[in-house]
Amino acid sequence: MVPHFLLLGMINQLWYALPLVMVISLVYAATRHELMGPILLHAVRLGVWIGGFMAAIFAVLLAVSWWWL
Amino acid sequence: MTATPITPAAAPLLVKLRNPAIAALLGWLVPGAGHLYQGRTAKGILFMVSILSTFFYGLYLGDGKVVYASWRAGDTRWAYVCQIGVGLAALPALVQANRPHDGDAAGFMAPPELPRGVHGGGDGGELGVWNRNLNRYFELGTVYTMIAGLLNVLAIYDAFAGPVESGDIIEEDDDEKSTPTGAAA
Repeated sequence: MVPHFLLLGMINQLWYALPLVMVISLVYAATRHELMGPILLHAVRLGVWIGGFMAAIFAVLLAVSWWWL
Repeated sequence: MTATPITPAAAPLLVKLRNPAIAALLGWLVPGAGHLYQGRTAKGILFMVSILSTFFYGLYLGDGKVVYASWRAGDTRWAYVCQIGVGLAALPALVQANRPHDGDAAGFMAPPELPRGVHGGGDGGELGVWNRNLNRYFELGTVYTMIAGLLNVLAIYDAFAGPVESGDIIEEDDDEKSTPTGAAA
């Protein structure tokens, strides 16, 4: 068994993070604006940022697991 | 010679908070209710749907067992400190925590039985059974319900003090002196 594939096996559990990212983005954006247009725009930007950050961290961990093991 | 703006300045949006304390209390009891009280209908519905759906989905993932209040030695439920942020939906756990239990199934949002014996151990009691049966979904459900509670804290503050950076004019109460906090550029 190649250990770094254990990390890839966690991907199906990461789907549970998606609704949380959406809700957090929406609620946070709604506390910054009053009108729905700016709220949704801010929420989309924040959601993309959070998703991108998580993907970057995942890539780093995957690279480390490839190199280390 | 000064340059004239090409586009006219947008009119500032008036945000009426009415009674902020009542709005905050309503917002705690039911997420979004404070905003509905203030007439901020779209945001109220947004908060209500987002926060309550997250909370109830977490409750579903955890088979209704992830929200309970317990301050007993061996089972201090710190997650409830976050879950109580959702208000009425999490309050039955407080009632259940103070009800006497006779060892039978205590019911919805009741704390689990502690392990029998002097220092516990063994199968970890009813909480251990829940974790074994639900596997990772117990933790997932706990996380979802905690995040719902914490997000409602943001919503409560928004009901109490208005949006943070929009620069809109915020008026507290029709009967009190208006307190403009800024104007849109």
